[in-house]
Amino acid sequence: MAPTSAPTSSAATDVSDDLTQSRLGAMTYDPAPESAAIVTFRDAYGLFIDGRFTDPSSHDSFATINPATETVLARVALASASDVDVAVKAARRAYETTWSKLSGAQRAKYLYRIARLIQERSRELAVAETLDNGKPIRESRDVDVPLAAAHFFYYAGWADKLEFAGYGAKPTALGVAGQIIPWNFPLLMAAWKLAPALAAGNTCVLKPAETTPLTALLLAEILQQADLPPGVVNIITGDGTTGSALVDHPGVDKIAFTGSTEVGRLIQERVAASHKGLTLELGGKGANIVFEDAPVDEMIEGIIDGIFFNQGHVCCAGSRLLVQESIADDVLRRLVRRVDQLRVGDPLDKNTDVGAINSAAQLARINELAAYGEHEGATRYTSTCVLPDKGYWFAPTVFADVAQSHRIAREEIFGPVLSVLTFRTPDEAVAKANNTKYGLACGVWSEKGSRTLWVAQRLRAGVIWANTYNRFDPTSPFGGVRESGFGREGGRHGLEAYLDVH
Amino acid sequence: MSRVSTAPLRLVTRDDRAVQLPSNSSLPSIESEAQLRGLLGALSGVDAVGAEARAAKLATRSLKKSTKLAALDLAISMVDLTTLEGADTPGRVTSLCAKALHPDANAPEVPSVAAVCVYPDLVAHARTVLGASTVKVAAVATAFPSGRASMAVKVLDVKEALDAGADEIDMVIDRGAFLAGRYGQVFDEVVAIKELCGATHLKVILEVGELKTYDNVRRASWLAMLAGADFIKTSTGKVGVSATLPTALVMLESVRDFAEATGLRVGVKVAGGIRSAKDALRYLVVVNETAGSSWLTPDGFRFGASSLLNDLLMQRLKQHRGAYVRPDEFSGD
Amino acid sequence: MSTERLEVRKTFKLLINGAFPRSESGRTYEVTAASGTFLANVAQASRKDVRDAVVAARAAQASWWSQSAYHRGQVIYRLAEMAESRRDELAEHVALSEGLRARASQLSVARAIDRVVWYAGWSDKIAQVFGGANPVAGPYFNFSLPVPSGVVGVIADQDSSLEAFVDAVCAPIAAGNAVVVLASEQRPTPAVLLGEMTATSDVPSGVLNILTGRTGELAPTLCAHEDVDGVDLSGVNEAFADELALLAAGSIKRVLRPGRGDASLARLRAFLETSTVWHTIGQ
Repeated sequence: MAPTSAPTSSAATDVSDDLTQSRLGAMTYDPAPESAAIVTFRDAYGLFIDGRFTDPSSHDSFATINPATETVLARVALASASDVDVAVKAARRAYETTWSKLSGAQRAKYLYRIARLIQERSRELAVAETLDNGKPIRESRDVDVPLAAAHFFYYAGWADKLEFAGYGAKPTALGVAGQIIPWNFPLLMAAWKLAPALAAGNTCVLKPAETTPLTALLLAEILQQADLPPGVVNIITGDGTTGSALVDHPGVDKIAFTGSTEVGRLIQERVAASHKGLTLELGGKGANIVFEDAPVDEMIEGIIDGIFFNQGHVCCAGSRLLVQESIADDVLRRLVRRVDQLRVGDPLDKNTDVGAINSAAQLARINELAAYGEHEGATRYTSTCVLPDKGYWFAPTVFADVAQSHRIAREEIFGPVLSVLTFRTPDEAVAKANNTKYGLACGVWSEKGSRTLWVAQRLRAGVIWANTYNRFDPTSPFGGVRESGFGREGGRHGLEAYLDVH
Repeated sequence: MSRVSTAPLRLVTRDDRAVQLPSNSSLPSIESEAQLRGLLGALSGVDAVGAEARAAKLATRSLKKSTKLAALDLAISMVDLTTLEGADTPGRVTSLCAKALHPDANAPEVPSVAAVCVYPDLVAHARTVLGASTVKVAAVATAFPSGRASMAVKVLDVKEALDAGADEIDMVIDRGAFLAGRYGQVFDEVVAIKELCGATHLKVILEVGELKTYDNVRRASWLAMLAGADFIKTSTGKVGVSATLPTALVMLESVRDFAEATGLRVGVKVAGGIRSAKDALRYLVVVNETAGSSWLTPDGFRFGASSLLNDLLMQRLKQHRGAYVRPDEFSGD
Repeated sequence: MSTERLEVRKTFKLLINGAFPRSESGRTYEVTAASGTFLANVAQASRKDVRDAVVAARAAQASWWSQSAYHRGQVIYRLAEMAESRRDELAEHVALSEGLRARASQLSVARAIDRVVWYAGWSDKIAQVFGGANPVAGPYFNFSLPVPSGVVGVIADQDSSLEAFVDAVCAPIAAGNAVVVLASEQRPTPAVLLGEMTATSDVPSGVLNILTGRTGELAPTLCAHEDVDGVDLSGVNEAFADELALLAAGSIKRVLRPGRGDASLARLRAFLETSTVWHTIGQ
């Protein structure tokens, strides 16, 4: 074998001093905005009750804004306890007079219609979601909206097959389901809640999040277009008091909640002395475990997806990176380089990777915890991206040298902030991953199948992604263990939450 | 990027964002097959799903306005205008060279392509037609496309091309030897051809469609770079599967990591099946966001293509005119 | 002077981590047969005994779950074998506790033992019945596995001293959980006897922990304990269940309310979580 000779004979370009030379400069992309003209919001929205938009009894309303610009998009009604009562009664009436009288096959057809209409109005829904939530259009277009449609398609097919779902020969609906959803995936969470509930034969009162009500209201229009019988789905906008009234309403048979563990705990306490069914999908502090034999480039992308997807506003975010110490320096170097490449800015721009933080309150929380991370002595890397002047923004951030005891390793930040910790052995990785009150999702990166499965078996988490992260599918059950909640959404398992299963 | 440990907070600086290179560049010395095997074996695996997902995500980038115009011109300047047919004649090569020099007869500001790529027997003719222009003559050699010949034949093939005035040699690796695990043999062949080439640019064709797996692509990329390749190239264009976006992604990750390890920048050439400007721009995005903007030159990235050029010209003219143009606006070469 | 042999009376003790301690408080209480006559002195567990039992259960659960499902089934079946060989003793205590005639108590014990056998057979069926592959739209192998919630607190039925007790503890154990159970306050002896049988039946220490004592005193401690993952409230009335469910909410526990565990698979399902694993599929 001939030894390769020294660099002089190699004509490969020595690039040590012309790194920045390029015809395109840094190839900064010109703005490529999706047109906002496809969606027209009304100035004001009422409550969607009994198939119609109605004014709330108090005539109270609040503004919903675009977090990227702080401009008002529309005013929406604030439902009071008496509005909740009207909505629940409408749902009860619809349950007793219409929905429970339909065959599964008929319910299925409504769900198929809804799925199709979501597909047909997908561009409009994606733009609306991005405007109201601040998430990048690429994500609302490629993830939120297609998955929402897919969810309705999937559960449509279950509506006439419930007796084969493994929940007894004659499974029956629970009745009226009260559903409270968060602001991070507004339309998708509405689909996750409504589709299985309707397929199982329940009627619904859905309460969207205070800061992101608009796509649920567009969905209400879609339900009208689908000729869904009045009252089968009621959508009531409002704030915490609205949700609270829904939880407490004696006419509700089941509460499904997605949101923070703190609120979940309150809800569980509030329904403890009732016979209401309850499923909770709460917070998380997901560990993304990286072994030294991981496929490095895909792993870096997976870490990025894990924490910066949807600005980190993801309950199952891989917010704790556990790296095998032998490769920690290399992973951190690659990761930080990649973080700095993320394109942060106008959510409507098709090339934006990280959009706006959903609200001023959430931004304040992220700022507080990030400041605490520095205070605790972690090493902070923050992207040099230029942030817009208006709106709520937080530059993607990585904390290295984080200890298990740090707040940023224990508390859910729900923002684009990653905490990096190290481990030495698989045992230690599992122990650190499980050392949390949460148990929603984890990632494992390795090319060694046996070890991946060994780790997966020991992780206390409802979802484990191996060599990938943040993947969702209507057929795949999603949900947590321990203080991340109970009950599953998605798949055959997702029906259990809406059937009277003894 | 630099580390920040205590207040006051210092953000990472712009200078830190590029690929980090060692201060002095050198090719590692490979002394034995065992060492080579160890080096290749230590490379990270590639998760096919993740690589394809990353490529698909980058393919959604949207280039508009001035970015698009600059990218189209850049792509034109990166084209190795290629004819590799049994029916090739001096006349055909003459037309190709004319097209290479002035891709759009009505628009002198359009850059020339990077090179014309022909079989060795037509190198001399191409060299004559191109004269003293900046357009290089590239020759496919080493028993292209299969590489199934003795080393003596391959050496002679390359020598003839060099003697005829080739500026660049596109060699093929012995895929049979590679797949049989005879990495040393493949390595030695590349080293030998590089020694023949001297300062002449050597592009090493991996024929990714026959290597099949991304793991193989990454190993073959490193093997070729360690053996002294100036470019690594996806394909001959003569097998079913040629360049794909994820394959280019893996190769670009390889050249980036190689540059970081050695200080040497190796270029990447994608060839085969790239026909539309849209495809070409997607590759440029992958280059930009993987290896970095310093690879966005004809020394860093090439397209081996023929019909691609006219689509680049059409899209370019459309951007300028604001209306779609007819294909006959350009010569059919 | 009577020639009749004087019986040796036994104090019924707790089962914590495979040992049979008295209560750390030293307290006992007297239980009477249904007829009102003295039946036995029984250890009266304290809150600290609850704590110790939860620690034991937590320590035991991971290794219990790491056993093969086949092995877990065999261990539970062995418990049935032990119970079978001591069915007369069990029947005597069920008869005394519940005021049943001999025949009725023997049938009750037989049903209880058969129920243990039923659950023994479940341990290696659960994954197939409750889990499965999910056909996701993408290049991923995706499967859902039922996994145990962890440590389950059970407030056993107050009336059915053995049959309901067996149901309440065997279901979560067959599913891979470890259990801390408060036996019926007034009818605890059949449960304690069954606990004694675990000592010779290969049930690992800490997997089943049995406490006897005042339900009203111990149940709130068990339900509020933050390291308990789920609670079965079958043995309390609705009003007390409301109170206990409120305590359980503090750490987001899974709660099986009275009456909800009676249908065929409800108990098995109650303390199972679904763990879904995705893995890429590629060359």
